[in-house]
Amino acid sequence: MSTSPAVEIAQLAYWYGDREAIHDLSLSIAQREIFAILGPNGSGKTTLFRVLSTLIPLQQGEVRILGHNLRTDAAAIRSQLGIVFQSPSIDKKLTVMENVVHHGRLYGLGGRELHTRADEMLTRLGLADRKRELVEKLSGGLRRRVELATGMLHRPRLLLLDEPSTGLDPGARSDLWQYLEQVRESDGVTVLVTTHLLDEAQRADRIAIMHAGNLAALDTPVALQAAVGGDAITIRTNDPAALASDIERQLSANAKVVDGSVRLEQANGHQWIARLVEAFPDRIESITLGKPTLEDVFIHFTGHRFWSDPQPENETGGRKKRKRH
Amino acid sequence: MATESRSNTTTVPPWPVVGTLCQRELVRFLRQKNRVFGALGQPIIFWLLFGAGLGGAKVGTDSLGYAHFFPGTLVMILLFTAIFATISIIEDRREGFLQGVLVAPIPRWAMVLGKVFGGTAIAMLQGIVFLLLGLIASKLDWFKVIDTTATGLIAALLLMFVVSVALTGLGFLIAWRMDSTQGFHAIMSVFLLPMWLLSGAFFPMDVGGWLGWIIRINPLTYGVAGLRYYLQNVDATTAHLPTPVTCWIVSLAFAGLILAADCWIAGKRTTADLL
Repeated sequence: MSTSPAVEIAQLAYWYGDREAIHDLSLSIAQREIFAILGPNGSGKTTLFRVLSTLIPLQQGEVRILGHNLRTDAAAIRSQLGIVFQSPSIDKKLTVMENVVHHGRLYGLGGRELHTRADEMLTRLGLADRKRELVEKLSGGLRRRVELATGMLHRPRLLLLDEPSTGLDPGARSDLWQYLEQVRESDGVTVLVTTHLLDEAQRADRIAIMHAGNLAALDTPVALQAAVGGDAITIRTNDPAALASDIERQLSANAKVVDGSVRLEQANGHQWIARLVEAFPDRIESITLGKPTLEDVFIHFTGHRFWSDPQPENETGGRKKRKRH
Repeated sequence: MATESRSNTTTVPPWPVVGTLCQRELVRFLRQKNRVFGALGQPIIFWLLFGAGLGGAKVGTDSLGYAHFFPGTLVMILLFTAIFATISIIEDRREGFLQGVLVAPIPRWAMVLGKVFGGTAIAMLQGIVFLLLGLIASKLDWFKVIDTTATGLIAALLLMFVVSVALTGLGFLIAWRMDSTQGFHAIMSVFLLPMWLLSGAFFPMDVGGWLGWIIRINPLTYGVAGLRYYLQNVDATTAHLPTPVTCWIVSLAFAGLILAADCWIAGKRTTADLL
C-alpha cells in the first residue's frame, strides 16, 4: 500500500471576485485518514471542499489528489472521488433505487454490475426495504443515507463530505460517523469532512481548524487540546479590560479579553477559581471553569470565539460575516 | 476573478449518461401530474379562446381562427415545456441534483444533451397529444384544423423535434448563467414570449413594416411556417410562407447553433458554475 498522501495542498488561495476566501493554505491528508476541517461559517472550509471536489477550478497554489495534479488532471480525479454535498443532490421525485442506479451511470457503472452493487450498498446502509420508495417520503436521516450510498457506489478512494450532519438528529449523526469509520476500515477509504460542529470534529483522526480563510491549527484532537495548556476559565464582568489588567497585576496570571469576557488558561483551574473570586468578589458576574474543549482550542489559536456575538463590544457598525464562503 | 478551465477527456461512456439524464427528466415529469396538466392546459385554453374570439376576422388575406392558431399553439406547447424543463437548472445547480452531475467524470456535452433531449422528449409527448386532439377535431368536423397526409404528418413530427431541441437548448442557454428563477421569468416575458408572438404563430406572416421584418429574422417563424405547411396543406406562395426547404434549413441551423453554444457555455468550468 502506497504511503503517499491522499491529498496534498500547497499555498492554496481562492478569491470570489475581490474577496479572499482562502489564504495561503497548505496541508496534507494521509491515506485512510478521517480528516475534519473545522471552522465557523465564513472560514473558507466550504470553498476548500469545492476546490477539492473539482466543482470550482484551482486559482492559485498546487493540489495533488491521489497522486494526480488537480490543475491538469481533474478528469482522472473525479472518478476516484465520492462526494456528499451539504444540500441534498438526490432527486426527490425518484425512488431510492432509481437515484442510486442513475448515479452509478454517471460514474460509468452499468448493467448487472450496477444493480448488484446498488443492492449491496443499500443493504449495507439499511435501505434495502425502502428502495422502491420515493425519496421525498424519507426522513432527513434516511435521505442522507441514500447520499452515502451514491457517494460510495463507485468505490472511490477519497470521500468528501460537506457538513454531512446538517439536518440530522444526534442518533443519525452517530450512525453517520459509525459508517465513516466502517468504510475507512473495510474499504480503505480516506475521508474528509467539513464541519462546524465541535463535538463532531473530535471524532476525526486529525483536525484542521480554519478561520477567516487561514489554517489556524492542525493536529489530532488530543494534541490540540493539550496545546491549550490547562483548564479554561471564563469570567463575565462589566469592565473586562480593567479586570484583565488587574488580574495580571495582582495575581501574575495571563488574562486576555476575548469577545467581551476575560479568559485565563491555567493548570489546576479549581484553585484559581477560589483565588479570583476572593480577589475580586464584586466585579465577577459569572465565572466558568472547563476542561479545554475544541472551542478553547479555537480561541487559543485564533483569538476569537467560535460563534461570534452579532454585536461585538466596542465596535461600531460591525457586520455579520457573509454566509457564503 | 473567475478563472476557467476546459473540461478534458474522461473515461466514462457518455451515451448512457445522456440516456440516464433524459430518462430522469421524463420520469420526473410523468410523476408530477400538475405539470402534465399545466403545460398542456394553458396553450389549449388559449387556442380555444383565440379561435372563438377572433374567428372570422381577417388580416389582409389571412383569416384568423382555430385553423390559423393551431400550429402556433403547438409551438407554444413546445416553448412552455422547454421553459419548464430548463428553469429547474437554476435551483438544481445550487442546491440540488445538478451538483452531483457537475462533479461526475462525464463530458459536459453529455450533460447538455441529456438535459436538452429530456426536455425535447417531454415536449414531443405533449405536442403529440395536442396533434391528436387536432386530428380528432378535424375528423369529427368540429374544427377543420388539420388537413394532411401521412408523409406530411411524419415531416411535421420531425420538424417538431427539431424545434423542440432548439427551444430547449435556448432555455438551457438562458438558464445556465442565471442565479434566480425570477431572472428567468423576466427573460421569458421580455424575450421568449414576444419571440413566439412574432413567429407567425399569432400575427399572420404578411404583416408589413418593422413587425414583418422581425418576423422574418426570427428563426422560430420558420418552424411555425413549416408546421403550417405540413399540417394544413397550405400553398406556400399564396400564404406568403417561406418554402419548406427554407424552413428546414433555418430550423436545423437554429437547433445546431444553439446546441453548440450550450456545449461551449457548459464546458467552461468557472466559479459561475456555483451561482
